[in-house]
Amino acid sequence: MTTQQGSDDRPRTDSGTEAGADSGTDRGVHERAAGNALLRADEVIAGYVPGVNILNGCDFYVDDGELVGIIGPNGAGKSTLLKAIFGLIKVSSGTITLRGEDITGQKANQLVTKGVGFVPQTNNVFPSLTIEENLQMGVFQAPKKFKQSFEFVTGLFPALGDRRAQRAGSLSGGERQMVAMGRALMMEPSVLLLDEPSAGLSPALQDEVFVRTRQINRAGVSVIMVEQNARRCLQICDRGYVLDQGRNAYTASGKDLSNDPKVIELYLGTLAKA
Amino acid sequence: MRRRVAVALATMMSALVCVLGLGAGVAHAEGESIFGFLRNAKGGDLVPVEGAKITVKGPGVNETATTDDTGRWTVEVGKPGTYTVTIDQKSLPKGVTLRNPDADSLKVPVVESQDKPVLFALGKSTRVIQSKWAQAAQLSAEGLRFGLIIALAAVGLSLIFGTTGLTNFSHGELVTLGAIIAWWVSTGNLPLSLPGYGGVNFLVAAAITLAIMGLIGWANDARLWGPLRRRGTGLIAAMIVSIGLSLLLRYLLLYLFSGSSRAYPAYRGQKGVDIGPITLSPADYISMAIAIVVLMAVAYALLRTRLGKATRAVSDNPALASASGIDVDGVIRTVWIAGSMLAGLAGILLGIAQGINFQIGFQILLLMFAAVTLGGLGTAFGALVGSIVVGMFVTVSTLVIPAELKNVGALGILIIILLVRPQGILGRAERVG
Amino acid sequence: MNVERILINALEAGIGLETVVFALAAIGLNVHFGYTGLLNFGQSAFMAMAAYGIGTTVATFDLPLWLGVIFGLLAAVLLALLLGIPTLRLRADYLAIVTIAAAEIVRLTVRSVTFEETFGGSDGRQGFSNDFYSINPYPEGFYGVGRFGFSERPIWVLTVGWTLVALSCLFVFLLMRSPWGRVLKAIREDEDAVRSLGKNVYSYKMQSLVIGGVLGCLGGFILALGRSSIQPDIFGTETTFFAYTVLILGGAARVASPVVGAMIFWVVLSLTDNVLNEAIDAGYVSTSIINNTQVGQFRFMLVGLSLMLLMIFRPQGIFGDRREIALDAR
Repeated sequence: MTTQQGSDDRPRTDSGTEAGADSGTDRGVHERAAGNALLRADEVIAGYVPGVNILNGCDFYVDDGELVGIIGPNGAGKSTLLKAIFGLIKVSSGTITLRGEDITGQKANQLVTKGVGFVPQTNNVFPSLTIEENLQMGVFQAPKKFKQSFEFVTGLFPALGDRRAQRAGSLSGGERQMVAMGRALMMEPSVLLLDEPSAGLSPALQDEVFVRTRQINRAGVSVIMVEQNARRCLQICDRGYVLDQGRNAYTASGKDLSNDPKVIELYLGTLAKA
Repeated sequence: MRRRVAVALATMMSALVCVLGLGAGVAHAEGESIFGFLRNAKGGDLVPVEGAKITVKGPGVNETATTDDTGRWTVEVGKPGTYTVTIDQKSLPKGVTLRNPDADSLKVPVVESQDKPVLFALGKSTRVIQSKWAQAAQLSAEGLRFGLIIALAAVGLSLIFGTTGLTNFSHGELVTLGAIIAWWVSTGNLPLSLPGYGGVNFLVAAAITLAIMGLIGWANDARLWGPLRRRGTGLIAAMIVSIGLSLLLRYLLLYLFSGSSRAYPAYRGQKGVDIGPITLSPADYISMAIAIVVLMAVAYALLRTRLGKATRAVSDNPALASASGIDVDGVIRTVWIAGSMLAGLAGILLGIAQGINFQIGFQILLLMFAAVTLGGLGTAFGALVGSIVVGMFVTVSTLVIPAELKNVGALGILIIILLVRPQGILGRAERVG
Repeated sequence: MNVERILINALEAGIGLETVVFALAAIGLNVHFGYTGLLNFGQSAFMAMAAYGIGTTVATFDLPLWLGVIFGLLAAVLLALLLGIPTLRLRADYLAIVTIAAAEIVRLTVRSVTFEETFGGSDGRQGFSNDFYSINPYPEGFYGVGRFGFSERPIWVLTVGWTLVALSCLFVFLLMRSPWGRVLKAIREDEDAVRSLGKNVYSYKMQSLVIGGVLGCLGGFILALGRSSIQPDIFGTETTFFAYTVLILGGAARVASPVVGAMIFWVVLSLTDNVLNEAIDAGYVSTSIINNTQVGQFRFMLVGLSLMLLMIFRPQGIFGDRREIALDAR
């Protein structure tokens, strides 16, 4: 067990330093571009089980007001990156900074007060609470904000205001997604993390989610979204990351990525044909 | 292989130590006896009855005792067991009768080294023979009182289950602790002698008890369950830990409090107050009022306050609650403290209603489970409704079934409910996706 | 302090009646909890089925003992079916609550005055074991070395008891090596996965519940015959939890661990009881701290504490494998 783990670790550290030394590639680009980013992650290594890392030195940043998409094949570590940023899993090495402040390893509830919002992929509402109470939970740490934030959120999602007394457990998947986004927006976060918001929704509802996401972003919130629906995601993103095996394979603007032949071949291929 | 070696080793070692044995004396348990005072209620006074014959039959014993001039009688039975104590009604002096002439024989369990008191009620009953309806009304009132007490305890059980997933088998001991601590503090008979402390007013004692119960709840979470959660102890493992804790606490309380049943001096022998067909003691009415007020306060807190909503949110989805900025550990800590205080209050009220013993809480543990399951696991309101239903059912069912089987009925209903409506009365099947 | 007596008592406890009874009860629980992951908190009810099966058949209805054994076994099977039908489809903790409730129903019913004619109330039943002792092959006498040993009646019970323990262990061993046993273990690990293989999980769980219940019921027979009398309060929840402690002490999901667990359990209890009693009699411990009656209470505290500590620090017990224990199943 231990020897296996050791031999597993070594090549990772090697490639990590390699990438760092070879400053013409990803790390160098990241270093230059991410200078004053709102939120950045540097060489993050993290995983669920000790000794089995999902993220193997991942670099990432998002600027103020940016909408960034993260795509990649299954198991690439897309959701894991979000969870690592949000302090839901332990980061074993690397740093995460928010406006220059090191937030690595901070608990989720601390990050919420610092302006980071998170919408999980599943189980993202409190089913036995009403819609209004769900939104209230979003401002748990600052109850005074409720009135103002509630207006803001119901402005974005009018349906939530109309059905405020309905229990979230009785809502459909798309409606729940709205409640979940609304809840995360209540604290007026400067950056919103969305974990596969379109998963499990009908194509029409998926479109709605992407439109909403763009809308939220236009309202001044930086958004990081992880998506399975890579093509659709890259269409609305300012910038995209392609993750592979826990490392960034490509980074470019959304448009460039969707036109990149390698990305098309690897990740958009089937979609492009469809 | 390893197992076989270990068995062989164990056997060999015991054989070895056995050879090294030496001799000495052996223990004898103290004698057991059954005794009682025969006194006739006459114009508000109790007059000792002399010369009445009482027979005790049981394993190896068949002895008749005669009451002395103080009305006292004693039979040394010599060993624990169940004995039949019969009073010879013909031996009673003229004008003295058993209150219930059919109840001339009682079955009495005697535990080790116990002097067991047995009482036969004499003289006219203070209560008039009631109609079925009056009985039903009386039992409903008692059932409501019992249900409200169960509810106080069960709401805490349910909240702890909801927020942490723990099925807490030691919750009954929290109830017992409340009852016993209140007795200790109010009478001053502490298990550790505290010089100069002679007890305090019962209400002060109750307040002190609730504070101590809060502390116990805090300690439960801070010292045991919290660390276990952080270690990632599974829910079934935690449930078994709670069973161990329940055994440990229950017998520790037996050790400290002894096996006898006691009452709070302040509420001993209160005269009943009639409201229509219902006769309850003032303490009972006040208990019910307190329980209702407290339960309403809990309901209000859960529905309307920020912390209450957060508690429900944590019950629904701890991960999301944490991601929303709720301090999940803090909520759980609060739930433990509040749940223990509620259980302690239930213990005090139960102690007032039926006397205090070391397993007063354990005896209602299964009824609490029944209540919580009836109402739907993990929903506090379900627990409340379930408790009232169980309390009423247990008490009112004695109209038609023997009192000793009342719990059988309640537990049977629990099983039937699970068969037809596993989510409980108020439990809702959630929409998925 | 009589060290010899203490040690002989401990040794006798290690192979004595209680050890046999709790080994059998724990072997049954092992099938339930250890191999299938079912939380049966009503094992004492299965033991009661056996004890009252023979107790009422012989003492109340004056029928032969062998018929009582058959009734006892049938009652245990019936109880398993009754408990299983409402709960095996539900979450693990429902089964726990229902089984413990059922065990209390059984105990309260047999101890009630209402059914005293049949079950003997809180006195229980006596005088049903003559058929058993009349076929005792051991002539009258003492069987043992020095002061260690048993007279002809206990040695006959122990012979039958340990034979049953050995056969039960062999049975469980063969069962768990069979494909059937592998399905049980798979259910413990992941029910849905087993379902997706086309196995009827419900039926397998039910079979496990019946088999474990019948094994526990064998313990009830030995207990009743060994004591020649039964009282309802023997079958309280404590008995079930003692059996759990025995199982977890030995290590769940191992064939021989209930036996080793039971031996250690009763040796330790006998030692603590006797040492405390002797220490009190010799005046080493003041009776103001603990008297002879309270020694029995100390035993329960000890079991409770051990159960907690075992579960927290060594849930796999002495021989078990941590990965093989169903601790997280819901």
